[in-house]
Amino acid sequence: MSAPPLLDVRDVSKVFTMGGVLSRKQIRAVNEVSFALSAETPEIFTIIGESGSGKTTLARMILGSDVPTSGELKFEGRDIAARRGADRLAFMARVQPIFQNPFEAFNPLKRVDRYLASTARRFLNARTEAEMEGPMDEALHHVGLSLKEVKGRFPHELSGGQLQRTAIARALISKPSVIVADEPVSMVDASLRMAIVNLFKRLRDELGVTIIYITHDLATAYYISDRIIIMQKGHVVEMGPARPILDAPQHPYSQLLKRSVLSFDDAGRGLITRSGREEVDTSAEALVKGRLEPAEDGRLVRVG
Amino acid sequence: MADDILTVEGLKAYYQMNYFGVEREVRAVDDVTMRVMANEIYGIAGESSSGKTSFIKVLAAAIRPPFRIVDGRVTYRFNGKPIDVAHAGEDEIAKIRWKHLSYIMQGSMSVLNPVRRVRSTFEDFAFRPMGLKRDAFWEAVEAHLARLHLEPGVLRAYPHELSGGMRQRVTIALATVCRPEFIIADEPTTALDVVVQKDVLAMIREVQQALGSSVVFVTHDMSVHANITDRLAIVYAGRIVEEAPTRTIFTAARHPYTRHLVASLPRIGDTSPKPSLEGRPPSLAEPPAGCRFHPRCPIAVERCRREVPVLEERPGGHRVACFRADEALPAEKILNVEEPLS
Ligand SMILES: Nc1ncnc2c1ncn2[C@@H]1O[C@H](COP(=O)(O)OP(=O)(O)OP(=O)(O)O)[C@@H](O)[C@H]1O
Ligand SMILES: Nc1ncnc2c1ncn2[C@@H]1O[C@H](COP(=O)(O)OP(=O)(O)OP(=O)(O)O)[C@@H](O)[C@H]1O
Ligand code: SF4
Ligand SMILES: [Mg+2]
Ligand SMILES: [Mg+2]
Repeated sequence: MSAPPLLDVRDVSKVFTMGGVLSRKQIRAVNEVSFALSAETPEIFTIIGESGSGKTTLARMILGSDVPTSGELKFEGRDIAARRGADRLAFMARVQPIFQNPFEAFNPLKRVDRYLASTARRFLNARTEAEMEGPMDEALHHVGLSLKEVKGRFPHELSGGQLQRTAIARALISKPSVIVADEPVSMVDASLRMAIVNLFKRLRDELGVTIIYITHDLATAYYISDRIIIMQKGHVVEMGPARPILDAPQHPYSQLLKRSVLSFDDAGRGLITRSGREEVDTSAEALVKGRLEPAEDGRLVRVG
Repeated sequence: MADDILTVEGLKAYYQMNYFGVEREVRAVDDVTMRVMANEIYGIAGESSSGKTSFIKVLAAAIRPPFRIVDGRVTYRFNGKPIDVAHAGEDEIAKIRWKHLSYIMQGSMSVLNPVRRVRSTFEDFAFRPMGLKRDAFWEAVEAHLARLHLEPGVLRAYPHELSGGMRQRVTIALATVCRPEFIIADEPTTALDVVVQKDVLAMIREVQQALGSSVVFVTHDMSVHANITDRLAIVYAGRIVEEAPTRTIFTAARHPYTRHLVASLPRIGDTSPKPSLEGRPPSLAEPPAGCRFHPRCPIAVERCRREVPVLEERPGGHRVACFRADEALPAEKILNVEEPLS
């Protein structure tokens, strides 16, 4: 029997209930999403899609910070939600998050090096200052910072870019096998962005880390991804090998996405126009009725 | 000038801190002079931690210790009446907030109260300035939300019940619903997918044009600047190094840093390794002497280490701070900044 996948996401859905008793509303944030990541071949698995399409919700379920309403998520063959105590801690060391907004990810009242130290203490069982600082400094160097630079600083004393690099360093401390990176480069400039995605490639190639890369940036998605899924309103609309899909997307939403990437051709002419999103059928009902069908290049496309 | 709505002169603003008896000064805004005219979108670009947010915190009169204004003036003219927000009292500033001047902060949680529904925040900030009857007010708010692709349902949500991009759009809606004359926006579209981003940018442009208002738009994303700004300033290590009509920046930039930025713009389908600027971003606590870009500049000369280049006016509303702005720069130097020449 072959080993179970590293991560197995099977028919996962998440429904939120919002509003008070009188005006209760159900939100289907994630709808029957399935995919598996192999233990043998580390990869960069990218999730792109509409704002509010359930990417962060999916990431939270993979991290075990939220439980699915239905469906299963397994890490190395075992249910993520069922892990408790030391078992859960071991899982958390192996699957590390990097979040969307560094301003929200850090406790504003805690010095950032303390935050890194608590991660070292928790996962590496480091006790002395020296035991903690070695791995912290090493992790910070991976992202182009050093302990000297962040020591004693509060989150608000660092820029968005510096904070985000610190967040990535924190995730590297426990030497994880999966990193779930939720918009890790949104806040940083193009040059740093390339440095960070190149770092992801290195983590994949040299350390065998699988990266789940959630992003709105199609250029870096194209540049580093092995596989990609495109989401709209909680549904996967297209999924498969990244470059063929981004070169020639087939689902109308994927096509709209590619069309909407800003170009430089008319720089400074102030000609920006609307995306034409309304012309693409985006009704939730249509998506629910559709199903994923195999198409060329080994991709799946939602039809019907 | 009559058309200026904002004039900034010789502005210096530093973070002055004391760590266990050691003085530390971060010179995040160091001698900035610029102006914003009525009816334009003025962009500010620059790498992470170059001081963009710090600068516009001063413009928005939203500074707090240890951040201090060390020198300079920041003068707005609303209805022809000048007010220097670098020196005005809190009550004077309160009078212009939201109605004349609105500020979209980087990181959208800051204005949204985590324990109150979005609806209450709209009521607190927008109801009085808009001066409408209750029904008409909510109708206007909902119509405005729709332009940002948000359903009226978001009003009932608590901030944590919204996705990152939805929260960001709620903040944009808050800042634009009162149709202020001057909007300051710090990375307002970084958390949005490209489809929604395009529509939000188009909305900001439409609101700006309809009212003839002014916008200061900060982002590190050059593709956003290309599509929405009229004029663009490039900031490096707390200073403006180049400023010009946006088209000029993209087609005829003179500063080596700007030329590197423009030459290395990312495009989909491009898998060639992208060169990043060698060397580290400078520390604003100990900025390099002379031209702050000199340690990373491919055409630096001895003079650059000693003297500070001033932001000099050229034809076509173009300002550049570089001793060698007229030098031709071969493509490989723009792109591959390996070792600084001496
Ligand atoms: N705790 C919650 N309670 C209620 N609804 C929620 C909660 N968290 C998320 N949602 C809703 O679930 C949907 C998906 O949100 P999610 O944050 O997963 O989107 P996203 O794809 O990450 O979007 P973005 O690109 O804007 O970050 C949204 O409609 C959001 O309002
Ligand atoms: N409250 C603070 N106390 C001390 N230093 C600060 C504070 N806020 C910012 N800084 C420092 O000021 C410099 C400029 O930061 P700023 O946030 O203005 O950069 P930015 O250009 O907006 O960067 P980003 O693109 O990453 O948002 C950075 O070196 C940062 O560490
Ligand atoms: S040539 Fe000199 S002045 Fe011009 S950018 Fe380079 S270092 Fe600065
Ligand atoms: Mg999200
Ligand atoms: Mg900033």
